[in-house]
Amino acid sequence: MENLVYAIILLPLAGFLINGLLGKRLPKMVVGTLATVVVFASFIIAVSLFLKFDTESQPVVVRAFEWFRVNGIQINFGFQIDQLSLMMVMIITGIGSLIHLYSIGYMSEDKGFYRFFSYLNLFIFMMLLLVMGSNYLILFIGWEGVGLCSYLLIGFWYKNKEYGAAARKAFIMNRIGDLGMIIGIVMIASQTNAIDYLSVAQNSGKFELDSTIIIFITSSLFIGAVGKSAQIPLFTWLPDAMAGPTPVSALIHAATMVTAGVYLVVRSNFLFSLAPTTLEGILFIGLLTALVAAFIGLRQNDIKKVLAYSTVSQLGFMFVALGVGAYTTAMFHLMTHAFFKALLFLGSGSVIHAMSGEQDMRLMGGLKKKIPITHITFLIGTLAISGFPFLSGMISKDEILANVYGKNPLIWVVLFAISAMTAFYMFRAYYLTFHGEFRGTKEQENHLHESPLNMTLPLIVLAVLSVIGGFINLPHFIGHGNYAQLADWLKTIYVYDVELAEVPFVTEMILLGLTVLMFFVVWFLVKRIYVDKKKMALPEEQYTGWEKLSNRKLYIDELNNATFVKFIEGLGVGGNMFDKGVLKRFTDFIGTGAEDSGRAAKRLQNGNVENYVLIMSLAIGIILFVNFILQ
Amino acid sequence: MGEANSFIQAVPLEYFIILSSVLFCMGVLGVLIRKNAIIILGCVELMLNSVNLLLAAFSSYKGDGNGQILVFFIMVVAAAEVAVGLAIIAMLYRNTKSVDISIFNKLRG
Repeated sequence: MENLVYAIILLPLAGFLINGLLGKRLPKMVVGTLATVVVFASFIIAVSLFLKFDTESQPVVVRAFEWFRVNGIQINFGFQIDQLSLMMVMIITGIGSLIHLYSIGYMSEDKGFYRFFSYLNLFIFMMLLLVMGSNYLILFIGWEGVGLCSYLLIGFWYKNKEYGAAARKAFIMNRIGDLGMIIGIVMIASQTNAIDYLSVAQNSGKFELDSTIIIFITSSLFIGAVGKSAQIPLFTWLPDAMAGPTPVSALIHAATMVTAGVYLVVRSNFLFSLAPTTLEGILFIGLLTALVAAFIGLRQNDIKKVLAYSTVSQLGFMFVALGVGAYTTAMFHLMTHAFFKALLFLGSGSVIHAMSGEQDMRLMGGLKKKIPITHITFLIGTLAISGFPFLSGMISKDEILANVYGKNPLIWVVLFAISAMTAFYMFRAYYLTFHGEFRGTKEQENHLHESPLNMTLPLIVLAVLSVIGGFINLPHFIGHGNYAQLADWLKTIYVYDVELAEVPFVTEMILLGLTVLMFFVVWFLVKRIYVDKKKMALPEEQYTGWEKLSNRKLYIDELNNATFVKFIEGLGVGGNMFDKGVLKRFTDFIGTGAEDSGRAAKRLQNGNVENYVLIMSLAIGIILFVNFILQ
Repeated sequence: MGEANSFIQAVPLEYFIILSSVLFCMGVLGVLIRKNAIIILGCVELMLNSVNLLLAAFSSYKGDGNGQILVFFIMVVAAAEVAVGLAIIAMLYRNTKSVDISIFNKLRG
């Protein structure tokens, strides 16, 4: 067991090292295959561990070595395998290997081929460290590591200045969140004298429910989650992160890394369950993020930007679920979202590939016939995220809606509206891309082609998963919990029982009916607008009113610029002035002072012996005289 | 030593102090204002000897021989110093054909 745990995490690291050091000299086929195989091998091992595990299994902690000891707190380097981390490992390595396979085709023309794959392997390694670590410190290493890989991959095409700026933006915004995270971890260590999950969970009983200290700790951790999971106010980096290659958007910025915040909260359920106030805050932030991102998504014309805002919005959904204490539902949505959002991103990548790099949906259209596999799989992804009955996204999203209704019907109304917006912008993207007439250039039209098999195969696998993924956790009214396998699977990781509000069966049925009705109404509406009436998106300059607000992303970037950036720039200018005006003058004064006094003292040393003797005699005379007076 | 003591003690101690002070000051002045290196060396000798005189006088007045032993030490040191000093002056003269110390300022800062 121990060796298998090490193997899972060390295989991607080996892939990173081999490709990173030797990749330049190896043929592309070898590099790509090696990178894919190591991740897939990790996936196979994870599945074998999964088969040995059942819901009753206790967490397996593999302690590699004692790392260090400080103030009596022993900090180990080790890994913890339990139901939660196994689930995450399978998502990461499973979807990861599909995306690696896809990347072989997508990046085949790129000069940085080996660099790309070594970064991807490093990312998988760091992400595994994040979810498999047995304590908060290892989680933090992984947390920073995936941030680094995200930075490297967003700025992968580093010759483009804008891409570099996007990479820096992501990096800096994440650092803001990480500050909160560090404070949280240090507080946990100082309050519970432990940092391992199991020990912290044991010691968490000493916190009083909703005491200031527990609210402080959980809020600090949540600030870290806000940064990584792109919630308000730290969400603007994620859409900009689309500057990276599309497989990166799919793997890092949709399926795995951005969900680390959700994982952190679920992993720390023994802390968050003690802080209802923080959970309320999480609920509020999640709801606001979902709403704002969905609104912005309505009028984006870059196909990847639509998906990026939809990711932010769906992450908001997950945090709403966490906010009402429905940890399992959040994990469930995390998983189904990983399936269909990775599918959609890879699909958009296939479209961009076919369109020779074009990302503006207004210049696409009519791709249905030309790239049939991409079209079908993209449609499945769209249906899944928008809520087509019995697809994975519908089941997991509906669970969130049901949980929220029990808490407060008003929140349900808002979430319902957001779901409608989600369906709207996803179908808008779908119809603009695949239906109507082709609106690109002649050159692009002649060049249109379906992607190679190594790109379409992951699409097909992910499409199948998006369809069936929901069935592992069917709502409890079907068979009264017997089919809620995920909930059953994860129940052992929760330290404290959370009481979820029960919704009567009839109400739940009505809610379900409403969402399904809403889905078909929106579908019909979008089809009417964009296909039957052929209403295409206007040039961005002609937008007015809410359309402009949505297209310009609520001017949040401008707002950030006007406040924080300007403020910090001001600080910088002030600091520079202080540096030059005060510090430089002061240090210069010391230097020139020494030099000048030396120059002055030099004159005494004129080489005349009489002079020396005169000075000496005078000095002796003065000393004697002073002595005489003092007597 | 008794006879010599009484002979010396016939002169009051203040006289010795005044005499040696005058000699010392003359030595200092000589070092300060003369340019001839040999004269300066002589003036240094004068200062040393004024101190010797004082030591001998005090030693005699107190009936303690230690002071006179110090005088011998000073004489030895003075002789050594003159030997070195004269050697330096001789070298300087060979290089510059002069013993005027006002031109020897090669070691200025």
